[in-house]
Amino acid sequence: MKQNLYKYILGIADNSLILGQRMGALTGHGPSLETDIACTNISLDLFGQVRNYYQYAAKLKGDNTTEDDIAFLRKEREYFNVLLVEQPDTNFAYTIARQFLFDSYHFLFLTELQKSYDITLSAIAKKSIKEVSYHKRFSSDWIKRLGDGTEISHENIQEAINELWTYTDELFHQTEEDKIMVKENIGVDVTRLKEVYYDAVNGILKEATLDIPESKWFQKGGKHGIHTEHLGYILSDLQYMQRTYPNMEW
Amino acid sequence: MSEEQIRDLEAQFEARIARDEKIEPKDWMPEKYRKTHIRQMSQHAHSEIVGMLPEGNWITRAPSLRRKVALLAKVQDEAGHGLYLYSACETLGISRDELYEQLHTGKAKYSSIFNYPTVTWADMGAIGWLVDGAAIINQVPLCNTSYGPYARAMIRVCKEESFHQRQGFEIMIKLANGTKEQKEMAQDALNRWWWPSLMMLGPTDDKSVHTEQSMKWKLKRKTNDDLRQQFIDQTVPQAELIGLTIPDPNLKWNEERGSYDFGKINWDEFWQVVKGHGPCNKERMKARVGAWERGEWVRDAAMAYASKNQERKQDQAI
Repeated sequence: MKQNLYKYILGIADNSLILGQRMGALTGHGPSLETDIACTNISLDLFGQVRNYYQYAAKLKGDNTTEDDIAFLRKEREYFNVLLVEQPDTNFAYTIARQFLFDSYHFLFLTELQKSYDITLSAIAKKSIKEVSYHKRFSSDWIKRLGDGTEISHENIQEAINELWTYTDELFHQTEEDKIMVKENIGVDVTRLKEVYYDAVNGILKEATLDIPESKWFQKGGKHGIHTEHLGYILSDLQYMQRTYPNMEW
Repeated sequence: MSEEQIRDLEAQFEARIARDEKIEPKDWMPEKYRKTHIRQMSQHAHSEIVGMLPEGNWITRAPSLRRKVALLAKVQDEAGHGLYLYSACETLGISRDELYEQLHTGKAKYSSIFNYPTVTWADMGAIGWLVDGAAIINQVPLCNTSYGPYARAMIRVCKEESFHQRQGFEIMIKLANGTKEQKEMAQDALNRWWWPSLMMLGPTDDKSVHTEQSMKWKLKRKTNDDLRQQFIDQTVPQAELIGLTIPDPNLKWNEERGSYDFGKINWDEFWQVVKGHGPCNKERMKARVGAWERGEWVRDAAMAYASKNQERKQDQAI
């Protein structure tokens, strides 16, 4: 099996899986019917992408592996999403800040992944980028609304951005597999996205009358399977049925 | 306007309905027609958004990616139905905020069935199959109702509901053909959802207060009892097909009527739930009111931002 490629795919797909799981949990509990529809839609898009990636990964793995085996039956150290996407929905500002900080990266990442020498990854990227450009517009617009809305919303979104900022640097961290994939022209060199990412993010924050966090202390670990304490609970829900009723079809 | 003029307008109005013409928002309508439509359409819209909660309960735990995506799409459809039913209702001169207020204070009702808990995955199948199945029976005639915006909204709603119903039945088929545990899960869900689904079609005709007027305005084409019979006759063979048992020992085919006879419905339970004392009435309202209150600062921000933007545009225009 192409082990490096397999792990590389998980690294991409797990972000969509965990963020999709977070967004899906909000359905019916948002501030308005319109935001409920949008958040559910984002979740749906992300799970659609997840299925594309895992179906490809399952094919690479062979042994009758299915997309669901990969999604539901790994242990907590075997998920490789970045720490940012597993952060909780403390309030709507956190949901939007998390989405914005991830979308801004996701869009740049998929733009590059379209050029991958791996034709499947390139095809998934081409399909996904249309969805993600909408996600980015949605979350950026809300950053502006909350930042330049009322005093309370300004405070809330500033706090969320400040709190989540610590997880942004990990987006540009490379694992050994990532480096090999870049060398083979399959993977994206994320280190080269960093500057343009912060330029874009800072631009929107400024437009939203928000301060750009100055902290230089960053957290990472997700890409190596070392997560925050939140992931365990996310997996408890995600895996509940497959663990409780093993080897069944649904 | 004199009483005579009003009577004249009313006669013209009733004649239009009798000719199957659609009534549109700007047309003259009797106050009672407007109020009855606000009541029914908003009750329908509220049912859609409260109905998101019991199913939303299983989004994070859906057993496969395929099921998760389908469930998300279904709950999103319900939000969409809520949105255009509220919009249709607004054409009658009431705002969405006022309608929410009525829901949150308990003045407006929503379908009682959503006050039952979704305790296992099979409930996602049972809700689609039975609850959406009963809803379709209620709603298909509304595609021809007299009020234009409602009729048009219902055409789309019914198409999507029918898809949901098939999706729910497909979940049940899979469970019924699965392992012993899965089959038990399916039967248990049918046992719990069967009777509330029958109640969902409304009180018996002799207890239904709105039927007569609603029939006249084509808000209703068949009586509750007729609809209930139609639902039972349609659903029993489906249960048999997948090897599940309807939890009613008195259920029996009546050759003469060409319909199933069925057991007595526990109307005390129905009224208990309608009056707010079902298993989840409090949770559902707490979730809706909670979301609304927690979201206030967000909605305020959106309004403040929009008006600032408007001002900026005006400044630039001069």
